[in-house]
Amino acid sequence: MNKMLDDDQIFNISPGRHVDLDHHCQNGGYSALAKALAQGPETSLKEISDAGLRGRGGAAFPTAEKIKMLRANTEKLRYIICNADEGEPGTFKDRFIMTHIPFQLLEGITIAAFMAGASEGYIYVRHEYPEAQKILRESIEEAERRGFLGENILGSGFSLSLKLFSGAGSYLCGEETALISSIEGKKGRPRLKPPYPTQAGLWQKPTLINNVETLANIPKIIEKSASWYRSFGTPDSPGTKLISLSGDVQNRGLFEVPFGMTFAEIISEYGGGAKTGKAIKAVNIGGASGVLIPPEMLFTPLEYLACSKTGITIGSGAIFVLDDTRSILSNVQNRLRFFLHESCGKCTPCREGLRQANLILDRLLAGEAVRQDVSTLERYTRAIQEASFCGLGQAAGNSLRSSLAYYRDEYLASCRDNKPSFIEEETA
Amino acid sequence: MTAIKEVVNRFGKEEALLLQVILAVQDADPQNHLSEEAVNEISREMNISRSRVYSTASFYSEISLKPRGMHIIRICTNAPCENANKASILAAIKQELGIKIGQTTTDGLFSLESVNCLGACYMSPAIKIDDAVYGDLTPEAAVAIIRNLRKEYQNEQNA
Ligand SMILES: Cc1cc2nc3c(=O)[nH]c(=O)nc-3n(C[C@H](O)[C@H](O)[C@H](O)COP(=O)(O)O)c2cc1C
Ligand code: SF4
Ligand code: FES
Repeated sequence: MNKMLDDDQIFNISPGRHVDLDHHCQNGGYSALAKALAQGPETSLKEISDAGLRGRGGAAFPTAEKIKMLRANTEKLRYIICNADEGEPGTFKDRFIMTHIPFQLLEGITIAAFMAGASEGYIYVRHEYPEAQKILRESIEEAERRGFLGENILGSGFSLSLKLFSGAGSYLCGEETALISSIEGKKGRPRLKPPYPTQAGLWQKPTLINNVETLANIPKIIEKSASWYRSFGTPDSPGTKLISLSGDVQNRGLFEVPFGMTFAEIISEYGGGAKTGKAIKAVNIGGASGVLIPPEMLFTPLEYLACSKTGITIGSGAIFVLDDTRSILSNVQNRLRFFLHESCGKCTPCREGLRQANLILDRLLAGEAVRQDVSTLERYTRAIQEASFCGLGQAAGNSLRSSLAYYRDEYLASCRDNKPSFIEEETA
Repeated sequence: MTAIKEVVNRFGKEEALLLQVILAVQDADPQNHLSEEAVNEISREMNISRSRVYSTASFYSEISLKPRGMHIIRICTNAPCENANKASILAAIKQELGIKIGQTTTDGLFSLESVNCLGACYMSPAIKIDDAVYGDLTPEAAVAIIRNLRKEYQNEQNA
């Protein structure tokens, strides 16, 4: 990986290479923690704020703003949670961070906890990642033994007790309030926001929840400065993004990509383009909850602002390429079934809407649907996206919506009463 | 049943530890599941109602209330694996084991389950057997892995 960035990358992940504590320290690791502890939380926080770091778990919320909310809270007992649930199909970046550079992550968690004033914390790792759990458990113990975690860290008087918490197979538990319910020993169902976790999170105490990649950025920013960090990426989206690239490309894998590159460049330069003799038909960006876009849109840069203008959700940073042999409809159905399986059933638009949408796709794929069904599917999609209680239902419609917009012909072509395309089609 | 008491004592009795206790109890179970007796025992030991224990346990797909095989084979069903010819792998495994997804072989050696993305899409199609992930699979490779596990078991039995 990292063809475009050489020495100064943020995530030095090479396949098969595990950076142990000694390696981490040799590479300047834990100097950021020492620096943060010496300069104090406000100065460190300003660096993160100047760097413009935004959450990498999907919603892209400014990380420094979140930490400030915790600092504004008068409650003394505060928690930090590292969201390592990584359930988004097509995404494997957090897993690589945990197994390859665990101490960079632990250092990031510790600095974040220091800035937020949190003294207790959890890393919530999905049960499907036993290897990552084992490495993190051992790394936590080792960091404690060496004084980088636990009581009185590096003699600073700051203490953080960090525990690993295993998920048990639920995508929804990646949603922050569901994750909190899960740690509290309950079903992992989402809660109403507000109050946000920063106000009332775990056990109703202020809680900082950040994604693995977000937290692993922090030591590098503190160590090397915000201006160094801003030398990558664009003014709107500084830094780099880990991209999980899969599907019909020559090279699949994890790549650290500076913000600002176009999706077309990412796919050709890192992925080597489509498989020999094939053309790209569609690209799914942001995992199962992301969108399906046609090749014409790949000239959009990987940048939060530019993407939100064109309706692309960067999400977890997964890119999944479909070549011209693939069926859009069966890909959309694959995602629908995933959400249907993971829906907690608490609200009707998500539970029933997804079920009905899936039935329509069944009919479409069996050649039994009529054009009216496509309009109905469009209506359901709007209802699912707009009326669902949590992010699962809201995002579940992305793939439907975008595919209906860009691949409508393929939907219509599957209909039993398909008419020649010059006849005006009916709309909802 | 003292094993459960031991797990609870090791973890602690706080409500927050319920899911971790359930997972540890399931891991220690030879049939990879959470039995009714185990639910009762956890409920007693942790002083949490049985319905709460069930409610938590039944929500998560990695927890099984039904007995399962010694080895659990999980096949990823998400789009990157599906497109990478998951179907042929699944067909080969089903044929080798003579069971469908959700079933256990009569000898109690294998259970077959579906699973969401294993974070191995860069080597799809991928499956997971117990704690190990296998990627870039072919139907032949999948069958070979299963036969090896069966042989290992038979060798252990004969030893
Ligand atoms: C259904 C659903 C699943 C999610 N899964 C994850 C996840 O696996 N990992 C993650 O970091 N964030 C996930 N999120 C986003 C979190 O709710 C939250 O925004 C994030 O952890 C905040 O961290 P960040 O600011 O560092 O991005 C999910 C959200 C939803 C709605
Ligand atoms: S949107 Fe879906 S997952 Fe979220 S609360 Fe409603 S039913 Fe549950
Ligand atoms: S989709 Fe199968 S491992 Fe990710």
